[in-house]
Amino acid sequence: MLLFLVASGLSLIFGVSRIVNFAHGSFYMLGAYLTATLLERLPDWSARFALAALAASAAVALLGAFVEIGLLRRVYRAPELYQLLLTFGLVLVAGDLVRYVWGTQNRSVPLPRGLAGAVTVLGRPFPAYYLLIVGLGPVIALGLWGLFYRTRWGVLLRAATADREMVSALGVDQRWLFTSVFAFGAWLAGLGGALAAPLVALTPGMDTEIVVEAFVVVVVGGMGSFGGSLLAAILIGLLQSFGILVHERASLVLVFLLMAVALIVRPWGLLGRPVVTTGARVGGAEPWRGPLSPVVGGALLAVLVLAVAAGFLPAFSLVQGTEILALALAAGSLHLLWAYGGMISFGHAAYFGLGAYGAALGLVKAGLPMAAAFALGPGVAAAAAALFALFCVRLTSIYFAMLTLAVAQIAYTVVFQWYGFTGGDNGILSVWPPGRLGAPRWYFLFALGVTAVGVAILFWITQSPLGLALRAIRDNARRAEAVGVDVHRHQWLAFLLAGAVAGLGGALYVFLKGSAFPDYLFVTKSIEPLVMILLGGVGSFLGPMVGAGVFKALDTIVTARLHYWGAVLGAILTLLVVLFPDGLLGAIRRGAR
Amino acid sequence: MTGSLRRAAAGLVLGAAIVDGTSLAASAQGPIRIGDINSYSGTGAAFTAPYRVAVEMALDEVNQKGGVLGRKLEVLFRDDKLRPDEGIKHAQELVLQEKVAFLMGTFSSAVGLAVSDFAFKQKVLFLAAEPLTDALTWQKGHRYVFRVRPNTWEQGRMLAERAAKLPYVKWANIGPDYEYGHKAWEGFWTRLKELKPEVREVSSSFPKLGAGQYVDQINKLIASGPDAVFTSLFGGDWIAFVKQAAPFGLFTGDARKFLVGILLGEPEYIDPLGRDAPQGMLVTGYPWYAIDTPAHKGFVERYGRFVAQKYPSLARYPQQGSLVGYVTAIAMTEAIRKAGTTDTENVIKALEGLRVETPIGGVTFRPSDHQSTMGAWVGLTKFDTQRGVGIMTDWEYVPGEKMLPSDEEVRKLRSGS
Repeated sequence: MLLFLVASGLSLIFGVSRIVNFAHGSFYMLGAYLTATLLERLPDWSARFALAALAASAAVALLGAFVEIGLLRRVYRAPELYQLLLTFGLVLVAGDLVRYVWGTQNRSVPLPRGLAGAVTVLGRPFPAYYLLIVGLGPVIALGLWGLFYRTRWGVLLRAATADREMVSALGVDQRWLFTSVFAFGAWLAGLGGALAAPLVALTPGMDTEIVVEAFVVVVVGGMGSFGGSLLAAILIGLLQSFGILVHERASLVLVFLLMAVALIVRPWGLLGRPVVTTGARVGGAEPWRGPLSPVVGGALLAVLVLAVAAGFLPAFSLVQGTEILALALAAGSLHLLWAYGGMISFGHAAYFGLGAYGAALGLVKAGLPMAAAFALGPGVAAAAAALFALFCVRLTSIYFAMLTLAVAQIAYTVVFQWYGFTGGDNGILSVWPPGRLGAPRWYFLFALGVTAVGVAILFWITQSPLGLALRAIRDNARRAEAVGVDVHRHQWLAFLLAGAVAGLGGALYVFLKGSAFPDYLFVTKSIEPLVMILLGGVGSFLGPMVGAGVFKALDTIVTARLHYWGAVLGAILTLLVVLFPDGLLGAIRRGAR
Repeated sequence: MTGSLRRAAAGLVLGAAIVDGTSLAASAQGPIRIGDINSYSGTGAAFTAPYRVAVEMALDEVNQKGGVLGRKLEVLFRDDKLRPDEGIKHAQELVLQEKVAFLMGTFSSAVGLAVSDFAFKQKVLFLAAEPLTDALTWQKGHRYVFRVRPNTWEQGRMLAERAAKLPYVKWANIGPDYEYGHKAWEGFWTRLKELKPEVREVSSSFPKLGAGQYVDQINKLIASGPDAVFTSLFGGDWIAFVKQAAPFGLFTGDARKFLVGILLGEPEYIDPLGRDAPQGMLVTGYPWYAIDTPAHKGFVERYGRFVAQKYPSLARYPQQGSLVGYVTAIAMTEAIRKAGTTDTENVIKALEGLRVETPIGGVTFRPSDHQSTMGAWVGLTKFDTQRGVGIMTDWEYVPGEKMLPSDEEVRKLRSGS
């Protein structure tokens, strides 16, 4: 039921303003923490829990309104991806805010006094508070229904969901509508958090947990349909409760599997309607059209400079540099899909991570020599990409992004839970290169060579007929199809190649760190290459590489000095989206003109 | 294109130079620097906060007496957020950039294993404080890793030996799904089955660490009809579990089950629950209020004063983390002092077999597996109306050497046979 509250808010916001609000989990979390603090401060009135919950959720709604007015308004015209990244930046800031204000220790909120006991249901004790929540569900659903179908505001909301342009053409002030919807959605999330507070431990990580689940609900139920959210929330709850009886570990995977299946079979969800996206291009790049010799010359020069520099740099810088190279491959391969193919994957970390695991398992479990194990990395990644792409390329834009996220989460969950094979949370350790290659200097040179090859492959693709086909598809898929380009096949191939290069980066990374962990595949790791691309600039081939370097340098400097890297990264991300949609290189270019 | 290529290369080199420029050159006669990696945020924070305080207190005491080998002792603290990849990242930074002499700390068993692996590769001494998996010093043990706290094997056995005297036959297990959770159950169950072969496992759940939501597992557990429950949940997970399970009658009333909780008698895990802490639970813990030796009383008093001065918002009494932090820090100090140098190989030789005087008596680091003989207190929980929190009663201190395997068995475990 609480999931329904949170998910319906998310669904609502998307339905009207087309914003996929990652920060929804943060509203939930803030609702819970504020409730905790209010309860500590308020005197011992009998209704104080209800008071605290309402006050906390109202405060969250207010915060939502501020966020909408201050930040989101500026990016409505921007492509959906940028809005997504903006909300993701907010998630990072909110997470550190909570850590700063409330500390990192777990907190606990006592159950409201009247409801702390148990009620006998079917002969077994059943917590009274749970009954309240379950009972509240239909009440809230009814209340929402009344709101949507019996008030003017509700009418406007539904109209805006159906056809935004028409509504504004009819003279309705869209800005006010959007703000109120966002605030209302935030209120729902905050209320969900407040009600959840007596049930769970309050930790700064609770935002990610709930938002991922809420996403699944929204996708399965239908974006924009709150009836769908209700249905899907119930479905998922049942799946989790029964899944655990069947096979403990299955329940987690089942949920994402459901999301994937829903996206494949019926992308707009059980009760939703097909969404018309703005179709705005999220930035693209054009291939190099000049002569090739200066490119080759420049590349060789760069490699030479770096190789020579390696002789003078201290060990730690070389380790950092190697990491940048590996990340550059991850970012560069994603950039290929994004800027040249118009496909924005939110699960790219899966291929990076699978590359790492492929190499690690090859070395540690199969006892292969490093060369073979290293090659296994991109091999595994490519195989996974080939499989996932079969399904993903059938979808476009936001649905494509959601499905790539879902399959990446499936991969993550499988790696995390397959304790016997992948070592689960422990990861795979002792993945060190043999002999001299283990020294930072030599491994850096090795990585330099491998990265140069990877970048060359990416460059070659942009120049090739495949690249041409991709760009045609990116610019107008229908037209490309009419001319005879097999859209799905080309996209599939691009996805496979990009996955392989990301896997190459993963293999480099795993031998650098000596270990592979499930976190390498997690969604937050998928966001990092997106940030790197933004930092460096979508429009330039080298943007992602530069972005990787800047990102890593920032990470190192900030983490060593401050405790709140998340807030800094989040703030940077938010600023980037709002001020520099073209990234740093783009801004420099514009300044140079 | 060439221009931006050049810019890219320059950026990379510049970035590396900036990063390098922030490193502090460790001079030969400056302070002795030790890197501490620990889980300062997340579920472990309740433990690591007092841990850090105690480490600082130990450093203070040592440095006021002139330090070690005429040099001050300095600890650099890093937060691994319970994630092994963060742990390795900090280990790399501390060893390669900050050039610390030794590594210590960690809380999560997964992070401990990862940092240990790194320490092995880099040949750096790693004095692990709290990660409890027995694999750290056995299956995955090596020359460069030592551990202070009694491991899952030892604590599991202590609990099993007492549980075997009780009439419960049908057992359920719930613990976090990572190295520690699995090993804790293994340690307990193996010994319990040895002592009481008729016991049966009726259900076993391993929810994700930090899941926070256990209603499904609680239902499954109750449905399987156990007499007793073993749990290795801790911190925030334990709090959430108690809150969610209490209305189901798991702890009080007719349907209550007997509970065994590893680590749950520690003040950091039992105090936050206040009145809600389950009573009559068999636990390992730290009854600091009842340990009467002069050494320990002095420790309690000094700790209280130190906290009141430096961290007035924290609890003024030692918790398990405080004891572990203090012992780890002075063990490190004593080892360096005995070795007469900060050279790793010599400090390792000094630490092997070293007996350290701690507030709870002498603790020795066994040469065979580098595990310390620090023991644990086993007892039952009870609510104390005076202090307003749960305390341990009917407790005994079980020294580590009583539970640890012989050198011969250790050799077999470490060689993988």
